[in-house]
Amino acid sequence: MLRATLKSLLGRKLRLVLSGLAVVLGVMFVAGAFVVTDTLGRSFDQLFATAFEGTDVGVSAKPKIEVSEMEGEQVASTLPAAAVQQVRNVQGVKSATGVVNSDGARVIGSDGKVLAGTGPPRLGENWVGTDDLLQLREGRGPTADDEIAVNALIAKQGKLKIGDKVGVLTLEPKKMFTLVGIWGYAGDKDSIGGSQEVAFTEPVAQKLMIGRTGEFNMINVKAADGVTPEQLRDRIAATIGAGYDVKTGDQLAEDNAAGLKEFLGFFNKILLGFASVALFVGIFLILNTFSIIIAQRTKELAMMRALGASRRQVIGSVLLEAVVIGLVAALLGLGAGVGVGAALGQFFASLNDGFEMATVGVPLSAVVSSLLVGVLVTVVAALLPALRASRISPVAAMQDVATPDRPLTKVSVAGAVVGATGGTLLAIGLYGSGGLWLILGGVLVCFIGIALLTPLISRPVVALLGRLFSWSVPGRLGRLNSGRNPRRTAITAAALMVGIALVTGVTVVMDSAKKSLAAQAEDTIRAQVIIGGDQNGPRPPTFDPAVIDKTAQIAGVRGAAGIWQDQAKINGELTYVTATKDLAVLGDAFGGLQLSPLKDDQMAVSTQQLTEKGWKVGDTVSVQLSHGDERRYTITESYDEDAMVGGYQVPFAAAKDFGIPQPVFGFVRLTDGTTVDQVLPAIKALVADSPEVSATDRTTFIQDQLADLDTIITMVQVLLALAILIAVLGVVNTLALSVLERTRELGLLRAVGLSRGQTMRMVTVEAVVISVFGALLGVAVGSGLGAAVVRALKDDGIDQLVLPWGGMGTYLVLAALVGVLAAVLPSIKAARLNVLAAIAHD
Amino acid sequence: MTGTQAPEPMAARAEEVWKVYGKAEAQVVALRGVSATFGRGRFTAIMGPSGSGKSTLMHCLAGLDTVTRGTVHIGGTEVTGLNDKAMTKLRRDRVGFIFQQFNLLPTLTAAENIRLPLDIAGRKPDPQWWDTVIETVGLQDRLKHRPAQLSGGQQQRVACARALISRPDVIFADEPTGNLDSKSGAEVLSFLRDSVREHGQTIVMVTHDPVAASYTDRVIFLADGAIVHELANPTPETVLEAMKSGEVLV
Repeated sequence: MLRATLKSLLGRKLRLVLSGLAVVLGVMFVAGAFVVTDTLGRSFDQLFATAFEGTDVGVSAKPKIEVSEMEGEQVASTLPAAAVQQVRNVQGVKSATGVVNSDGARVIGSDGKVLAGTGPPRLGENWVGTDDLLQLREGRGPTADDEIAVNALIAKQGKLKIGDKVGVLTLEPKKMFTLVGIWGYAGDKDSIGGSQEVAFTEPVAQKLMIGRTGEFNMINVKAADGVTPEQLRDRIAATIGAGYDVKTGDQLAEDNAAGLKEFLGFFNKILLGFASVALFVGIFLILNTFSIIIAQRTKELAMMRALGASRRQVIGSVLLEAVVIGLVAALLGLGAGVGVGAALGQFFASLNDGFEMATVGVPLSAVVSSLLVGVLVTVVAALLPALRASRISPVAAMQDVATPDRPLTKVSVAGAVVGATGGTLLAIGLYGSGGLWLILGGVLVCFIGIALLTPLISRPVVALLGRLFSWSVPGRLGRLNSGRNPRRTAITAAALMVGIALVTGVTVVMDSAKKSLAAQAEDTIRAQVIIGGDQNGPRPPTFDPAVIDKTAQIAGVRGAAGIWQDQAKINGELTYVTATKDLAVLGDAFGGLQLSPLKDDQMAVSTQQLTEKGWKVGDTVSVQLSHGDERRYTITESYDEDAMVGGYQVPFAAAKDFGIPQPVFGFVRLTDGTTVDQVLPAIKALVADSPEVSATDRTTFIQDQLADLDTIITMVQVLLALAILIAVLGVVNTLALSVLERTRELGLLRAVGLSRGQTMRMVTVEAVVISVFGALLGVAVGSGLGAAVVRALKDDGIDQLVLPWGGMGTYLVLAALVGVLAAVLPSIKAARLNVLAAIAHD
Repeated sequence: MTGTQAPEPMAARAEEVWKVYGKAEAQVVALRGVSATFGRGRFTAIMGPSGSGKSTLMHCLAGLDTVTRGTVHIGGTEVTGLNDKAMTKLRRDRVGFIFQQFNLLPTLTAAENIRLPLDIAGRKPDPQWWDTVIETVGLQDRLKHRPAQLSGGQQQRVACARALISRPDVIFADEPTGNLDSKSGAEVLSFLRDSVREHGQTIVMVTHDPVAASYTDRVIFLADGAIVHELANPTPETVLEAMKSGEVLV
């Protein structure tokens, strides 16, 4: 039986290659995800190991608010100069240096633009001299308050040279400095992992990066000879007390890498998610191939049964075939995945100047998951066909059995049941207590249900679609062929449906969200001009608070309010708080609300948050900001959150303890009768010194804020392209098999005078009908799923349903094109058939 | 074919046709210089044992296969040397086929199958001729059926009608009764003979059945790739006789 199986495997190479390809692509994605995560992870390890090379022990104040990398930017507390002295006195300390080292120093290049910084931090530091790692290449360290030194990366990116006047944006607006030094790192590196670093004199660094002089971010401790970092760490920790984190250099490197690895883990999950979709689609393709192969092998299998093979042996033979295909495909996929992972790593490295990628490695997880996934997916897909094969009766060997078209009742009922189950799961997930997994599970089960129903739907829809092509003989023949085997057509189309449905669904949700949010914003925001910058970076761009005061004095401005924002813990719960100079002005300028200014121990909370937390006006809550001690505020006012910025307003006095003690947005409301054009140029002139900040009118501002949603749609489209590609392979596969099965028919058609061109057209029409049918299904199902999600999000403010007609039309047109492409090879094969051999074909 | 065209004396003609498969030592000679003419309005049978080259001869005559040497004419056109496009057009417009396996398209109804060659050519059937053909094959009430709903005899009659409908110069029939019981076979054969007698159709039929051959006007016997005997106005007995005589059966 084994030998027979392997022989029959080799006999049907093309079909196996096609179905195996689906597994290869899916596994490639899986392996690629693991490889890139592993490679970048090790790159980060190396990077931080280098960065903390010269640190035996690092001392920092415990952050007031612990935030993971995923939740937001953690603002480390600062420590006083006295702590540095204290550490210096610990026995075994060779040296202890107070270090200022904060993200957010943006250097303006010689072209007047802020240097791009996508991922790595842009550090502002105090100059502490050179060491084994840090080596001056040119000039010297800053000694005067208007001098800076930069690392070689900045000098290269900004085309800066010694003596240049260089603008730097920090917590404070742009300040000009003279560049006096350029440094590099051991090993002739321009940067450590692409970080941009600017060094000021100590007081300037403290003022610009921390906001207070006499404080540091960290103490960098070197151990005296004969003292291990661990010993020193324990000694310092015992001396300095509980308010500090004392860690060895290795620990610091590990902690820092761990933060970034958390991101990688998230990235990995996304990639794996899309790989799952691709593999799910692959299952359809494999299932189809095996079904067809078994239908074609009916006689052979029946003969084996007649010769005494048991049912179990037949199932075993089919499943063995699946295991072999799965294994081979998984290995190929693994190989391709290593390549993809390496390419993704390179791509990431190329985005970040100076990032050094570790050598590409293949982690065990990649190998194990690739093989497991590849084999499992193939075997699962082959299970049904295997069972069907085992039911072939030995008599079939003697008879010329045309496999009868089995009625669709059973499969349709099953589809209805599965579909309903999926719908219920989805409903519970969306409306009930269920979470993301329930929703995803619901969608998956829905897809299976719809796929089962597809044969039933395919009859009328394919007939209708085919009418479009029926004006010519090849067209009519193609249409008839596509309606010939509803199951096969259905599975092929259903595979295409999955990808298109997901893309459509996401687009429906995003477009609806965009329109709803934009409409609400237009409705509630009264401010006609907004000052602010790109919110995608780790730190939002800030501007000089004086800009707001000056704006308020422009003729035609009714009120201007700047807002400060920070993360905070309120009664222990992490959230965002907002502060402004005068709440009355902000309320009026932003949403036309009438609010009173806050006293130093008062705060205002939105009615939405009050209801959610079960608080009421008059209650007292405790608030911990990034800096300073925990404070208690009495809630004195409530407001509608939709017409205001944020859910919590703290008094302006608290803003100095914010992680970013600078305004991030300014809202300007004009007097009646003043147009935006009249005042906008004047306001723009005020922020000219802050290249990252601009003043825009309300509509532009709202569109900019929502632009991220478009990015998500594009990302989803790109990632689902793989699933769609696999579905296209399915169309190719189905067509190739159809051509093979109908060899004699094709021979007859050619004998009675169908030309090669007409033959190709006939096959193409079949492909187009199947593809467009799949796309139609996908668009319909995707709209339905999207609408369901939108409906469920009504309470979250998404109250408008937008169906992306343009996008859906594009998918249909693309599907037709895909059909044409998928038909290229099979139709050429059909047209090249030797008429004589085809007619004689058994 | 239209009535205004000057009648050709010959419907099909093979001259010194050689067909060699393979090369060098693996060479198989299927036809060795076969020359034959098939008169217009005549019903000719090609007979011979398996491997005698009778099917090869028919395929070469019909433009389904190329010849190694020699020429083949259909009507006034030389078939040898035509490219695929011209060959396809020739088959479409001037040649009809009837196969042993019927070879109907399962997706099309009987009527659509019959009309297929005309549809492919983009022509409309002559209504009068259509009625005549349908009536002769006796399929009036079966036109809307699909092949799966027809008996073997009915399917072959649909195939005959399909061959006739475009009024080709010549119809090639390859063992048309091979898959039929004797009653259905007789029906199909009489129908073919009638179409020759009444409508002047030219038919060339490959068969190994002496009874089937007896419906024709002339039998050509092939053996080992060459014509070895000819018989006019055959009866089952004379055919059997000829087959029994050693000169035919090699």
